[in-house]
Amino acid sequence: MSGELLQLTSVTKSFGAVRALKGVSFSLKAGEIHALLGENGAGKSTLIKIITGAHQPDSGRIEIDGRDTGALSPRIARELGIACIYQQPALFPDLSVAENIGLRLSQANVFSRVDWNARRQQAHRLLENIGAEISPEAEIRSLSMPQQQLVEIACALGAGARIVIMDEPTASLTQKETHLLFAIARELRKRGVGMIYISHRLEEIFQLADRVTVLRDGESIGTNRVDEMNEAALIKLMVGRDVSAIYPPAENEPGETVFSLKNFSCERGGVRDVSLDVRAGEIVGLAGLVGAGRTELARAIFGITPADSGEMLLNGQRIEIHSPRDAVAQGIAYVPEDRRRHGVILEMPIAQNMTMAIHRRFFPGTWLRFGAEKNLALEFIRDLSIKASGPDAPASSLSGGNQQKVALARWLAAKPKVLVLDEPTQGVDVGAKSEIHRIIRSLAKNGLAVLMISSDLPEIIGMSDRIAVMRSGTITSMLPAKSEAHTVMAAALGQKAAGE
Amino acid sequence: MRKYFRELSVTGALTLLLLALAIFAPSFYSPQPLLSLAANASVSLVVACGMALVIIAREIDISVGSMFAVCSVCAGLLAAMHWPLAAVIAATILIGAIFGGFNGGLVAGLGLPSIVVTLATMVTWREGLQWLRQGQFVNLPDGVQWFGLSQKSGQWTLVIGALVILVLMALMMKHLSAGRYIYAVGSDAEVARLAGIPPKLTVFLVFVGIGALVGLAAIMNMVQSPQVDPQSGTGMELKVIAAVVVGGVAISGGRGNLWGVFVGLLLLVCVGPALIHLHIEAYWEKAIQGVIILLAVVAEGLRR
Repeated sequence: MSGELLQLTSVTKSFGAVRALKGVSFSLKAGEIHALLGENGAGKSTLIKIITGAHQPDSGRIEIDGRDTGALSPRIARELGIACIYQQPALFPDLSVAENIGLRLSQANVFSRVDWNARRQQAHRLLENIGAEISPEAEIRSLSMPQQQLVEIACALGAGARIVIMDEPTASLTQKETHLLFAIARELRKRGVGMIYISHRLEEIFQLADRVTVLRDGESIGTNRVDEMNEAALIKLMVGRDVSAIYPPAENEPGETVFSLKNFSCERGGVRDVSLDVRAGEIVGLAGLVGAGRTELARAIFGITPADSGEMLLNGQRIEIHSPRDAVAQGIAYVPEDRRRHGVILEMPIAQNMTMAIHRRFFPGTWLRFGAEKNLALEFIRDLSIKASGPDAPASSLSGGNQQKVALARWLAAKPKVLVLDEPTQGVDVGAKSEIHRIIRSLAKNGLAVLMISSDLPEIIGMSDRIAVMRSGTITSMLPAKSEAHTVMAAALGQKAAGE
Repeated sequence: MRKYFRELSVTGALTLLLLALAIFAPSFYSPQPLLSLAANASVSLVVACGMALVIIAREIDISVGSMFAVCSVCAGLLAAMHWPLAAVIAATILIGAIFGGFNGGLVAGLGLPSIVVTLATMVTWREGLQWLRQGQFVNLPDGVQWFGLSQKSGQWTLVIGALVILVLMALMMKHLSAGRYIYAVGSDAEVARLAGIPPKLTVFLVFVGIGALVGLAAIMNMVQSPQVDPQSGTGMELKVIAAVVVGGVAISGGRGNLWGVFVGLLLLVCVGPALIHLHIEAYWEKAIQGVIILLAVVAEGLRR
């Protein structure tokens, strides 16, 4: 194919056991805006990081102007004219616009003199070039988010960028600011710049993009011209596969309401006015896009960022939770999203990780009983089929899925009444994934109330007895079990469900 | 075996040193100088136990030398006022705990970095004491030196006292929830917090603990001479932190144990006297101690 500015061929990338990209091909023409679309975890960020040189692909080819680039590093990518504008601009807030642009563009060494006049003129010229009315003297801190993005774009063009990647640039912009950004994007397209545009907002893709590529599970599902598509068709492509029968069925009827939230808000976490009931033996799935406030809701429930208004009820009794300690004492358990950072202590043995939340009950008189601790660990290693050399093995020696089971065991040992799971199978291999699903279902069967956050749509649909969809910090719809994937996705995107 | 590699290698180095001394300089083993050395070292050992906890909790306290001087002078003044010795000991430990709590409050309560907080208190207490006392020594009344015992019994009391503290604290670190919490907080404060362990309270109490131990160490130092030097404890922080690091406690927190610290301290305190007995210039003492610390840090780096 000729005329391609950027061409990726069969690019693969794995992180440990997880295959993030399974042979993705992608092309970008000069003077084109190419949208990249996909669920959370579909592989968009990995693909971008490969293009910008932040990650090295395991296999595959990257060509620019038909020439193989070889191994990319962030520096080489920049020299080849690739620039990425992130949602949060990566500028130095205390330096002026001119200084930021100067730092980005000059190849000065530490001892070369700074020509301030030239820097100011350069900044002025670059900003004028894209029609941005920003003073080169202004401190970055004093600029609005879109103004900062304009500075980024000016930098990118000043560096001779011909491939500009925009990663959810409008996420924090107002409508007016979005229009300004679009005008500039169209202007760049006219000048022959190729742009990769990532957004969850479908309407933007129809307004702006020429072509759209949908990624799903690390594979490219297809590239189409935007004018040949409609929103329903795109959503279908994104969610794709049917939910297969691999999920364990719900065999029990949920019992009494165990846990409720009433007008629950946490300003600091951006959670507002959430009302929700979870019954004994029920799994409520919490769906939504990244940034919808799901993790923030979980953290507010667990007292990490305590709620500032609303009520929390446990078995009909109002409870106050100001810290994780209170939550643990009340029988609420939270298995957080980022297992490596928040789930287990890597250098501690499995057994010690498992008893960490139950010292008061398990070791009355605070004298540690190593025998009892070991037996408890052996029990969980057997029940959850954790693959480990023994209870004394450090958590760091386990695979991701088994670490997740250790984190789960810690909370099961605490015998909670409510279990909040945040992305329980993220970064876990397929085998461990279905085991974790089986464990969660059997916990519910034993009467636990489970609130499960997941960005994996099939998981939400396959596991949940009810699905709460969050958007902009609140629950916007409550869907029944076995809802269609595109219905959930449409609700998360804030669209009318396709075909309704 | 692998797990205790650091502790075992330090023990190996100490054994080699002691063997070399037995062969080339058996005079090292004459009882009275050895007992004096041990009595001296027991002061550092008590502080090192506290420091080990602080470093395992991923903090550091470089104000121990200054706290030590403050506690020493307070203890001396109280003794000079003819307080009963038991009351002097209790009061000094309390004073140490209060000073430690001050550091701990700033570190845990306000979330300030402990190296900066304790640097500031180190200078402040030292200079404040200098200004107050103008370098004056405190003369102790009779019956304070060696707790009113003979020198030999007094020295044995110190050594045994320090070993009892070591054993009690080692037991706590291994067998009590408190010890487990300190390891957990030092390894990963956020995971600990999510498991319902209070990291701030843990850090605060660890600082109170080292303060109290510094108070006790000040008493143990005071009874060894007829006067209290307001400059005492200068450089103590380096000596103690070195022993903790050589003993295999990770400066990044969460790993190490008190037996290692004990062996590390023994190794470092034996270097000086060993040089004298082996007829090597005593100037080499600091350099050799430096090399030992470097080796310990390099071993730590290679392990990762």
